[in-house]
Amino acid sequence: MKDLTYLTADTADSAVELFAATPGAQFLGGGTNLIDHLKLGVATPDALVDISRIPLDRVEEYQDAIGSGLRIGSNVRNSDLAAHPVVRASFPAVSRALLAGASGQIRNQATTGGNLLQRTRCVYFQDVTTPCNKREPGTGCSALEGYGRHNAVLGASDACVATHPSDLAVALAALDASVVVLGPEGERRIALDDLHRLPDDDPSIDTILEPGELITSVELPRTAVAAQSTYRKVRDRASFAFALVSVAAALQVEGGRVSDVRIAWGGVAHKPWRARRAEDWLRGRAITEQTIRAAVAEELTAARTNAQSVYKVPMLTNTTTLALLRLAEEVAQ
Amino acid sequence: MDMHLTLTVDGEEHSLDVDTRTTLLDTLREHLGVTSPKKGCDHGQCGSCTVLLDGRRHLTCLSLAVAHEGASVETASGLATDGLHPVQQAFLEHDGYQCGYCTPGQVCSAVGMLREATEGHPSHVTADLIGEVDLDDDEIRERMSGNLCRCGAYVGILDALRECASQ
Ligand SMILES: Cc1cc2nc3c(=O)[nH]c(=O)nc-3n(C[C@H](O)[C@H](O)[C@H](O)COP(=O)(O)OP(=O)(O)OC[C@H]3O[C@@H](n4cnc5c(N)ncnc54)[C@H](O)[C@@H]3O)c2cc1C
Ligand code: SF4
Ligand code: FES
Ligand code: FES
Repeated sequence: MKDLTYLTADTADSAVELFAATPGAQFLGGGTNLIDHLKLGVATPDALVDISRIPLDRVEEYQDAIGSGLRIGSNVRNSDLAAHPVVRASFPAVSRALLAGASGQIRNQATTGGNLLQRTRCVYFQDVTTPCNKREPGTGCSALEGYGRHNAVLGASDACVATHPSDLAVALAALDASVVVLGPEGERRIALDDLHRLPDDDPSIDTILEPGELITSVELPRTAVAAQSTYRKVRDRASFAFALVSVAAALQVEGGRVSDVRIAWGGVAHKPWRARRAEDWLRGRAITEQTIRAAVAEELTAARTNAQSVYKVPMLTNTTTLALLRLAEEVAQ
Repeated sequence: MDMHLTLTVDGEEHSLDVDTRTTLLDTLREHLGVTSPKKGCDHGQCGSCTVLLDGRRHLTCLSLAVAHEGASVETASGLATDGLHPVQQAFLEHDGYQCGYCTPGQVCSAVGMLREATEGHPSHVTADLIGEVDLDDDEIRERMSGNLCRCGAYVGILDALRECASQ
């Protein structure tokens, strides 16, 4: 690890200023991803701007012209967000997604902002001895012909087939959250669904954030459908493992027909994958195993698989079906 | 680059200079001689480096020491200043270890886990997110999944923590 300057910021403004004034700087949140990458040689900043002590650590109700919801400070720890009474009652998919991720210790340490900006777990990305376009643009993608069980099946390119590992991001994408970002040019809001990008021909860039932009909070709009939401994750062992595939779903039924539905998938793309075609297909229909399977098939017409990743298609179909059927049972009660 | 750091470890205050790249784990073990937290994987995957940081269970291998200026660290050995902590006693009585390498991390994790349950935090296996927490075997296994044991002492660990949970 090369020499490292360590700086702390007390406010969001001073963090943005420090970053702009320090060449080779990177923000440090809880460190559970970044410090791992420093050790592996995947991240090589000259300086860290520690933002973990900025008091962006509250979960507050907000009310604006469009509606109400929860504003989650970017330093709220994953464990505290999962245990927050309002999140548990009104946004269960968010609690469930967090609780399905990492371990008790890591959740105590990991921040909301850092969770969204964690980088892919692609084994080649984390191994600096192998070619990887995301880590070292232009070197090639080892996963195309190599170990491919975790490869993306939607929205990938010939340059990169990595998946985004965050569980939280999948739940937030389903529930129409947005991130509030502060940069040298001021504040802006980005829909969570737009935050992460597809790899196209430059997988080295994960998100649409400009260098030096700080996530200060996440806004989670309060909707009736969010209160009837869930998260299901399939992994290689029962706990403490990343998703093979995961599903965040929310459902509202009126007069036996779907009045509102949200579906987002994890483990299948370079970003949390909001399955809008499947949602559109389901709206207005009765919720049955058959209609759900047909809706998922609609979304998955675009899937591209190889021999190692092809299992994700039936796994995703079954997991989505189960998630929505269970929600339908709950809603009916 | 070196920086000055103050830390309270098991009730004792320390003041030292450390390189900014030093993890909290290496600071404890190599600089302060506090060897109760163990280095298993050094990448957040095994839990053997777990301590209680300002009262909560926390890894020390994925933490820079300088990021925890002024923090209070409690290690498994610090839990035993007035005789064994009830969690340690239960590990002893139920054979919750074999080689003992993972044990200090297991013990700190368990103490943190029991506190979280007392505060009503749900887990991945909690059926009703807004109901009471009942620490049955599935709950204990899930909540302790961040601590691996290469000797496979899980059965004894579960027995020990079932007893602690019922007290
Ligand atoms: C063993 C292990 C298992 C795991 N399992 C899971 C899992 O199953 N599911 C899952 O979702 N995650 C899992 N994780 C990942 C974990 O959730 C992330 O590492 C964590 O959420 C990152 O948060 P952090 O605060 O520690 O981020 P850091 O490591 O501090 O930062 C991550 C990145 O975000 C940037 N950053 C941080 N905060 C901000 C901000 N506010 N604004 C702008 N940039 C910022 C940093 O510069 C860095 O690039 C696992 C991690 C480990 C080590
Ligand atoms: S899939 Fe992406 S991250 Fe993995 S090796 Fe290929 S380019 Fe790198
Ligand atoms: S040494 Fe810290 S988790 Fe393994
Ligand atoms: S007792 Fe040997 S690793 Fe757990």
